[in-house]
Order: sequence, then structure tokens, then C-alpha cells
Amino acid sequence: MTNTHWNHVAHLDQLLPDLGGCVLVNDHQIALFHLAGKVFALDNYDPFSCANVISRGLTGDLNGRLVVASPVYKQHFDLESGQCLEDENIRLNVYPVSVIDDQVYVCSTVLATEVA
Amino acid sequence: MAEKQSLVVVGNGMVGHRLIENLVEAGGLNQFDITVFGEEPQAAYDRVHLSEYFTGSSVDDLSLVSEGFYDKTGLNLILGDQVTAIDADQKTVQSESGLTVAYDRLVLATGSYPFVPPVTGHDRENTFVYRTLDDLDAIRATAAGCKTGTVVGGGLLGLEAAKALKDLGLQTHVVEFAPRLMAVQVDDDGGALLRRKIEELGVQIHTSKNTRQIVDGDNAFHQMQFADGESLDTDLILFSAGIRPRDNLARESGLEVGERGGIVINDDCRTSRKDIFAIGECALWEGKIFGLVAPGYQMAKVVAGQLTGSSESRFKGADMSTKLKLMGVDVASIGDAHGATKGAISYRFSDEEQQSYKKLVVSANKKKLLGAVLVGDASDYGNLLQMTLNSIRPPKNPAELILPASSGQTEGQGIAALPETAQICSCFDVTKGDLSSAISAGCQDIASLKSETKAGTGCGGCSALVKQVLDHQLTELGVEVKKDLCEHFAHSRQELYHLIRVEKLTTFKEVIASHGQGRGCDICKPTVGSILASCWNDFILKDDHAPLQDTNDYFLANMQKDGTYSVVPRVPGGEITPERLIVIGEIAKDFNLYTKITGGQRIDLFGARVDQLPLIWQRMVDAGMETGHAYGKSLRTVKSCVGSNWCRYGVQDSTSMAIAIEHRYRGVRSPHKFKMAVSGCTRECAEAKSKDVGVIATESGWNLYLGGNGGMKPRHADLFATGLSDDELVRYIDRFLMFYIRTADRLQRTSVWLENLEGGLEYLREVIANDSLGICAELEDEMTHLVSSYQCEWKNTLSDDEKLKRFNHFINSDQKDPAVVFVNEREQIRPARPDEKSEQKIAVQQL
Repeated sequence: MTNTHWNHVAHLDQLLPDLGGCVLVNDHQIALFHLAGKVFALDNYDPFSCANVISRGLTGDLNGRLVVASPVYKQHFDLESGQCLEDENIRLNVYPVSVIDDQVYVCSTVLATEVA
Repeated sequence: MAEKQSLVVVGNGMVGHRLIENLVEAGGLNQFDITVFGEEPQAAYDRVHLSEYFTGSSVDDLSLVSEGFYDKTGLNLILGDQVTAIDADQKTVQSESGLTVAYDRLVLATGSYPFVPPVTGHDRENTFVYRTLDDLDAIRATAAGCKTGTVVGGGLLGLEAAKALKDLGLQTHVVEFAPRLMAVQVDDDGGALLRRKIEELGVQIHTSKNTRQIVDGDNAFHQMQFADGESLDTDLILFSAGIRPRDNLARESGLEVGERGGIVINDDCRTSRKDIFAIGECALWEGKIFGLVAPGYQMAKVVAGQLTGSSESRFKGADMSTKLKLMGVDVASIGDAHGATKGAISYRFSDEEQQSYKKLVVSANKKKLLGAVLVGDASDYGNLLQMTLNSIRPPKNPAELILPASSGQTEGQGIAALPETAQICSCFDVTKGDLSSAISAGCQDIASLKSETKAGTGCGGCSALVKQVLDHQLTELGVEVKKDLCEHFAHSRQELYHLIRVEKLTTFKEVIASHGQGRGCDICKPTVGSILASCWNDFILKDDHAPLQDTNDYFLANMQKDGTYSVVPRVPGGEITPERLIVIGEIAKDFNLYTKITGGQRIDLFGARVDQLPLIWQRMVDAGMETGHAYGKSLRTVKSCVGSNWCRYGVQDSTSMAIAIEHRYRGVRSPHKFKMAVSGCTRECAEAKSKDVGVIATESGWNLYLGGNGGMKPRHADLFATGLSDDELVRYIDRFLMFYIRTADRLQRTSVWLENLEGGLEYLREVIANDSLGICAELEDEMTHLVSSYQCEWKNTLSDDEKLKRFNHFINSDQKDPAVVFVNEREQIRPARPDEKSEQKIAVQQL
């Protein structure tokens, strides 16, 4: 049942710079963001609004941390760690990403551990 | 608890009502059952702004009574009934309708009546006085059949009345006994300038005229014959030659009254009977009647303090300085305007180019300011008044105070020199100290300071001064008012707008590279995106701009709590054909969308997934519809009534105007959303006064209201201009919107913007109607560019295959978001609640 291999999810061209997109990995929704020369992957589920919308948030930086703001109630999440800046008890899962020849792969390890 | 006493208040005018407000505030309802008699059918209204009744203000607008105020237990307001007798021994009052009410305490606030000179013919038909709403209704009814109207009396009230006649479309004359206008308040030179300015407005002034009799006219209903042998034909006569205290009731019940009228009161505002008080224009204090509202308010406060025992304050007389706008001309008079004090020295400055006149009166030793006259430009009023009242020593050369070059410097000194006890707002008795403590407690902008202290919310005459106190105090506190947008930009929105326009910056990258730092955030990105759209009007989903847009702008629809979107097509003016209505219905049915009529006369379709949006738009566009921009910080709707096409009362075609305006401003990006409405008559069915831009039709053109708001903090829009033609109306709105777009803060609605605008409505009028900044042509050009570069964002997106690819929930799958679940309620969908979702999940798993 656990699936720890790298999943091909998108071509880099499908991720517009500074914008998000959502991919499906083993029935889980993962938000991808392409900025600062990197691709970040974290839960698409927004625990504040209980909706799958994180990929539609605006990105940017706050005090040097790269963040995405939930489009519903505007909480900020650190793209590297998933940590919510407004509530220390809330953290989104983040997933390893690999880009090879402009193909984007997401590893579902974290996700598998959490589910198991 | 002691039994409550009975308090009777005779009169529900401005002062009588203020007394009740003060009493309620001081907890007076625990001590008294209060009965209030008002002879007019309406509860207290704003008599100071009575003439606005003819320029669009309704009875409700003028009302001073907040909703439900008199419904409180222990308060009994009896309207349309006059108190006819007081039995001071039995302690009862009797009313015209036969009521007898016993009192423990009685307050007389009977006000004044207009003096009508006893000339022969003064009681002919078509003669009026100018005091109540009933008077105004009668004047309006008669004026409809008249060509000319004449006001007898060239004082403050007379000129107000003349404005009213002018607003009614009459050829207007003013007849004054004295050799100049406003003889009490201004001197000869000031009176002459005032006369010139008012005559320029088409009102004819006749001074030094003693009316001997009024007889049938040759060319009009009346002929007024003067002592000098001349005569004037006029259809309507309005007497406004001063006021007299209404002291009959007091006189007949044996209270002491003055030789020339007025109920004698002491410093407690008590009459010759200990349990009877008198306040306002009916009261005589140290031989003086105070014919202004502010002293009346002070008396009300004194009496409320006496009655409730909450304060021991005494009435100590009042300053009779005034500042007002008469027919658009600023006039102010302070203290000893005529230099009557022995040895007084006066300075005069007359500017024929700007048409202003200033006079300053100082003591013989030049150490004290005694008075001043200002005509045409009264901006120095607050400063000079405070210097006079607080005995602040004028500069060595006092003339500097009225000379233009040095006015800027003296202003600041004036504020710093004011003692904490200096009264800044006389309407609400707010001192500099009151303002200072409110500022220290956190009211650090004009809007919050006004709402906390009420300063500047009465006549508004002190607004500029309040702002100066605020600025001064903030500097003192060392508060640097930071207007930085966010950590990426050390600029306010206004500054950024300016930089972007002047340097012709067209992308966020350019803007942040030249004026910011970092990558940006969810504050500055949409703000800059909006400014770029306000300036250049590029398609907002162009690759450079798309990452700046909030999800609503990005998907051109409104995100709801479950991550689905709602779709609103534009329905200009709320007018829609049955065919389009059917199309909307069919779309809603086919996509199973929850359907609701909005407050702005449109239709909102909820529950659309991102992948459904382009399909929905395509069908709307095919049926000739376009985006309604419900998602943007931009024009929402222009609400309208059916107007003169259908309505029995409509005087203009409000629907056509609403559609024209909606087409003109659709899609224009601004600091916040804005709403408009057009009503076809003063019944105001489109509720235009609650909109950012409200237009109300009158027989003589459109009245324009600005800065209204509904929502969390409702605000009635301010009347900006009257009797506008179609072209004038559009020009004013163009300028207003562009000026707002240029200068407002991020997410600042026009209501708050206007409240915070230094100089307020008057300043706005200077900029927009009189082009005082010389920018009107620019503003119009900028708006013309926005109007001509309009594009339907739905249509634009539909024609771009690359952009359409974004409309999928998943990049790597065609599946839909399984978390979007609906249940049915009243035959339509709504998002499932979490408990309902888990039930469904269980149901699915069990299958």
C-alpha cells in the first residue's frame, strides 16, 4: 500500500513561475509552486477553510521565508516547512520534489508515513 | 430606589432634542420620566441646513433623531401638539389637544419665531416665513407658479432663504434695510465683496431699502413700495428679518421675561422659578439672546448636568463668532468684527484676483486679537478664532496673520500655543485636550478621531482645525505615520500609483526592481496589479500579471468557502431581456448551480468548479452577455429604478442613465470595489445615497451624491452637485473616480477616503468642480483611456487556449475535486457541512 517511489506529476512548463498548481498523487492532492528557481510541494488541503485550495494562493516572501497565502482566509504557510506563520500548531505536510530534464517528480514518502 | 420624577420638555427643536440626548447619556432615564412636546409633526431636524431640503435632502436626511431613540422606556414624545399653558403653582402644563401633564421639573425650549415687519400688506397671500419644513413645503408649492421671489432681510438667514428661492428656479431679490449685507457680522468692505459675489450668482441685492407697504403688483403678484419712492414687483415674498424669542408661554405663566423679550435665565439656565429652566433661542442671559445653535447646545448641557446632578457646569455666555457658506461664498466673523473696542487697530487685506477680503482687529497695544472678518476665503477662521478666544499673543506685525505669504507658518504656531482647554468643536464642546487624549488613546486618523470625539461632525466648521491638532499631536507623540504598503515597499499606495504612472512602469518586476525589495506578497502583488490595470488597462491575466491576481481575479469568478466559485454576468442597470434571463436559467439548470438574486439587481450562480467556468462563460458570451466583474476591485453594479419610462413619479430616464454609466465604468480597476445607483426621482427607490456614486433625478437635472456606503459602516453619500446635465454628470464622475484611484489607500472605499480627505467635501468640490489643482483634463483623459480599452475578460480568456489550460483542478488528472460535495436544500444545492460529508463517506465506503 505504501508508495515511496518518485511520481511523475508534471512538465515544468505546466507550472507557471510564481504560480501554483495542484497534482494528484495516490489520491492525495498536492500543491506545487514554482518560484525562486525551485519547485515546492505541500498539502493542497487548507486546514482553516477545510477546502482543497492551497495551490490557488498567492506566493511571495515574508521576512526572508518563501510563503503561500491561503486564498480563503489568507493565512501564510512556509513553502519549505509547511509551517503556518499565524498558528504554530498548524503545519502542512511537505514532500520532496525532483526536477529532471524539466520533468517534475514528487516523492510520496512523507505522505505515506502520515497516512500509515 | 427612589420614585422617578416627572420632567416635561416643551419644544423638540435642535436644542430641545440635544437636551434629551444629553440626559439619556447621563443616565437621566433612571431619575426621570420624560415627556417631550413638539408642535411640529416631525421630531427634531436640522434647521441649520434647512435649505438643503430644496436641493435633494429629504425629511429623513435632515432628521437629528437616530432610529428608535424616542422608543426608550421612560421617554414619551408627543408631536403635533403645542403646550398652551403652564400652571406654575400646581406644576402642570396643558396642551392644545387637552392633555394635562404634571411636572417636577420643566424645561422650556420653545425657540424663536421669525420677525415680520408690520408693514401694510405683510399678511397678503404669497408671503411666507422661513423656519419649518411646513414653511418650506408651502413655499415650494407656491413657487411652482411664480417667476420672481424676494427675501426681506439680508442677514445670515435671509441669504440662506435667497439661496432656497434660487434653487427653486425663481429670479431672486434680496431687500435689506441696512446699507450692506450681513450688517451685524461684516464691515462695509466685506459686505461689498459679499454683495458682488452673490450678484454674480444672479441674485439682485437692494440695500438701504425701507419697505413701506406691499400692494398688488403691475407685472407680478405683489409690488413692494419703498420709502425712497422706488418699488419692486415680485410674485412671492419671504420675510427673514431676524428672530424673536418665543416667550409667550413663560410670560403668561408669570415667569420673568426681558423688556424686549426672552425668558430670563441665570447661569444655571433657571428661570425666575427654581423648577423651570429655559434653553436656546427663547432664553435671555445677561440681557442677551443667542441666535446660534452652539450656545443653545451649551445650555442644554448645563441643564442636563443640573437635572441629573452629573455636572455642576454653568452657562458662561458664548462666543457669537460664525463661519458659514452663503450661496457658495465663505463668510466668517469673529468677536469684535467692527473694531468697536476703544483704541482698536484694524488691518485689512483685499485680494481682487481671488475675490477675498480679510480684516483683523487687535487691541491698542497689539497684544490681543479682538476680532476678524473673512469673506471669500475663510480658511484662517479656525486659527484666528482660537487666537482670539484664548488670548494668544499675535505676532509683532499682526497683519502677517491675514497676509497670504505667512499663513502657513502661523498655523502651526497657533495649534501649539493653544491651551488644552481651548474649545475646538463648539457643536459638541470638544476641547483640544479631549482630542489630544483620544489621539494618545489610539485615534490616529481623522475618521476614528471624529467618530470617537464627535468633533467636526456637527456643522463641520472645525474640521481643518481638528486635522491640525491631529497632525501636531502625532508629531508631539513622535508617531511617524507609516504608510508603507508592506515589507516589500516603503511607499503608500498613492506614492506607488504616482511612480508607476510617471515612470511608465508596466510590470510588477519593474516596479519591485526599481522601488521595492524581495519577491512581493499577497498584499503588494494584488495592489500593484490593480494599479497597473488602473493606469494601463492590460488584460489582467497576461503572463506578467497573472501571478499578481487574487484567486477571484485569476479565475474571473468569486471563490466560496468550499473552493468552488460563483459567476455573475453583467446586467447593466438591472435591465434584462426575458431571452437572457432564460439563458441564465438554463445554464444554472445544466450545471446545477445554486441561483440567487443579488442586492445589486443581478443574478449570482454558485457552486461552479474551475473546469466548469469556461463552459459557463462560453454560453453566456454566446447569448451576448459579458463578465460582471463581481470578482474585481472595480465597478460592481449601477442599480436603478424604472424611472420616467414607466413610473408615475419618475422625472428622468434613470434606467438609460444607469446603463450608460455601467457601460462606461465597467472593468475599471480601483483601490476597492465601488457601487453606483441612479434614481429617477427623489423617492430614491434605487437607494443611491448608500452608494459610492449616487445619482438622483430632479426636474432641473441630476443631483450627484458621493462617498456613500452600506455594509459594516453605513454612510450616507454627500450631495456634491445639483441640476447637472448628462454630460456634466459623466464628467464629474470621471474626475471623481480617477481622483479616488490616484489618491486612495489600498482597500479604502470612497466613504472612508472622503472622511479622511483633508478639507473634505469642500476640497473635493474645489478639485473636481473648480479644477483647483488643474488636473481635471488629465483625469478625464485617463478615464477616457480606460473606457476605450475595455475588454471582456471572459471573452478574452475563452479565445486563448494556453490560458484555458489553467482551468482544471489537477494538472495531471481529469478528476474533479472529490471534497466538493453538495446536499439539497429548498430544491437547490448547498455545500455539505463537515458532518454531512463524513456521513456520505461512510455511506460510500459501506457500498
